[in-house]
Amino acid sequence: MLRYIYSDTLYLYPKLAASMFRDRADQFRERLGWEVSVDDKGEERDQYDALNPLYVIWENADGSHGGSMRFLPTTGRVMVNEIFGHLTGGGPITSPLIWECTRFCLSRGAGSKVAAALMLAGGEIMTGFGIRHFVGVFDARMQRIYRVIGSSPDLLGTEGTGRDRISVGLWEFTEEAKRKIGLRAGISPQLSRLWFDRAFGGAHMPEVAMSA
Amino acid sequence: MPAAVDLDRILEDLDATDTLEGIQAVIVSMRDLFGIDHMVYHWVDSAGEQYGCGTYSDEWRDHYIAQNYIRADPVIIGCFQRFHPVDWKRLDWSGKLARQFLADALASGVGNQGYSIPIRGPNGQFALFTANHTCDDAAWADFIDSHSRDLILIAHYFNRKALEFEPERKGEQSRALSPREVDAMTLLAMGYSRAQVADTLAISEHTLRVYIESARFKLGAQNTTHAVARALSRGLIVV
Repeated sequence: MLRYIYSDTLYLYPKLAASMFRDRADQFRERLGWEVSVDDKGEERDQYDALNPLYVIWENADGSHGGSMRFLPTTGRVMVNEIFGHLTGGGPITSPLIWECTRFCLSRGAGSKVAAALMLAGGEIMTGFGIRHFVGVFDARMQRIYRVIGSSPDLLGTEGTGRDRISVGLWEFTEEAKRKIGLRAGISPQLSRLWFDRAFGGAHMPEVAMSA
Repeated sequence: MPAAVDLDRILEDLDATDTLEGIQAVIVSMRDLFGIDHMVYHWVDSAGEQYGCGTYSDEWRDHYIAQNYIRADPVIIGCFQRFHPVDWKRLDWSGKLARQFLADALASGVGNQGYSIPIRGPNGQFALFTANHTCDDAAWADFIDSHSRDLILIAHYFNRKALEFEPERKGEQSRALSPREVDAMTLLAMGYSRAQVADTLAISEHTLRVYIESARFKLGAQNTTHAVARALSRGLIVV
């Protein structure tokens, strides 16, 4: 299932959180060879994990991490502006209607279905929170996966070659694109909506409010 | 639907004001323009100090402070440390304190519907901007659907102004336009269509929309037309 979890409540999901940070170490250090910092428990974190980001996580049936990504609003400190500012038009991209999406990660063995499920969650966030665009940082392998699931980002800029290749790109979701990605993920719009509502509260208020 | 021209005039007033009374006057006209019961900006700093402006009654504000409701208010609790906008219906109103708080609020003229936007400023600054009204769920859902993005931008414009009053403000995001944003605004000011601008800059229309979105926010404007007008009047672009 899809989980939407702010960093300050990750402690409620210890297995999910630990396996996410370990899978990130596996993807970014072991497979891509990036110079990321990994602690003695084998978990990868960077400075943006300390800013209480919102994680979207695919939780496997056994409670472990299948894939994830991390969101922060571009009105605050974000990787695209602080580290990849030279790829984004020569200055910061800033708007409460544009969120940054980084650390897109799939566990070993997770396929394009999990990637599609995460993209679907991105669509829920856009619809649910009035967000217009995501600006993201991703590697060459992710770019291939995005193409497979039919949700390729619009490239703003790229640097490096081979497995060091890092790109900054943009996503937006039309309702049509969302429907297609849902089919690819094998998740109905209703179920996707249910997971979103479960994370952010369904529509309920006590009687006193309704009768006011 | 508020007329864009009126909304932009109010945003100009917000930009121009340098007093707390000025911000208060702006939030009243903004509330009137949207035709809802209340609009409130509420700042809470890391020491728990509060500051705000808005249209709730003085009695409710004083009662809120006297009761120390900041500890019980589900809106504060549900939005603190978050950055997504919240329809009040999605918050947890089930606790005894929360229910008492809600009954008190309604009795004091607070509407039954709310939409609150949390804002994270620099150095742990936190603020909330709320639109509040009395209506049924369907009408409120329509209102949110039509205005959520306007309200999110307005919320941040209020916060930006409030931060100007901080004696030792620092670490704010730059409001300077990036070279690409200057290019985009300049071509738009020259009357190019979006397709022509994208073509001229050799970028996709989607990428162009992101540069325009970012420029609009930096300029404190409500739409592209006003963003272009402001960039021109401030001398940020030359045509």
